[in-house]
Amino acid sequence: MVRRTYTRPMEGWWRRDPFFVRYMAREATSLFVELYALILLAGVVSLARGPAAYEAWLAWLASPFAILLHVLLFFVFAYHTLSWFRIMPKTMPPVVVAGRAVGPRAITGAGVAAAVAASLAFVAVVAALAP
Amino acid sequence: MKRSSQPVFWLLFGAGGMLSALLGAALVFVTGIAGPLGWLGRDLMGYPHMLAVARNPLGKAFALAVVSLFLWHAAHRIYHSLHDLGLRTGPLAWLACYGVALAATLAAGVALLSLGF
Repeated sequence: MVRRTYTRPMEGWWRRDPFFVRYMAREATSLFVELYALILLAGVVSLARGPAAYEAWLAWLASPFAILLHVLLFFVFAYHTLSWFRIMPKTMPPVVVAGRAVGPRAITGAGVAAAVAASLAFVAVVAALAP
Repeated sequence: MKRSSQPVFWLLFGAGGMLSALLGAALVFVTGIAGPLGWLGRDLMGYPHMLAVARNPLGKAFALAVVSLFLWHAAHRIYHSLHDLGLRTGPLAWLACYGVALAATLAAGVALLSLGF
């Protein structure tokens, strides 16, 4: 005998609530992080294989498709930064300053400010060391 | 008591998430937009300069950290999202996620070491 118990369909569960949509969007950034890291890995490996292989990788990076892809990657990484520091208050142990727990908004704000400062410093250092 | 290996993967996930949250967008801007378009000087991404960066111990460590930690971060998130999408996880799925991160770490390490100091 086949039992026909009711099982709640879970297909597309995350589309039912904006909270879950944000959760899935946050998780989906990892696909783009993976892609970018693999592009960099290809660059590192081509560098080790010699000038010809490296120039081929560089030529691909300068192609319109690659530039557009990186513009998309830039926005996804920016979203990753925001979402990462938004969940930070829940993933880190409470910070107590002068006997009071630091609020979630302050933690998120400090994280995003640190990311902006680190990014500007990084671009400045790259520009200063550029030949 | 058998120790769980989960904290190790969670630590790698967290380190990669933090590094990419702090510098990811800036890295994409430099290596994928400003570099190839020559906004920061024509020779920034050229072979001689990138070779010099990869031979510098700090540059070497930074390149390895970015490639490796970004992939450990992504592997952990992708693997745990499979369940959210109703997909079965098993050794094969584990290998497709974390195995890529491990292989990439080794490949990047070998490539960077072969360039010398």
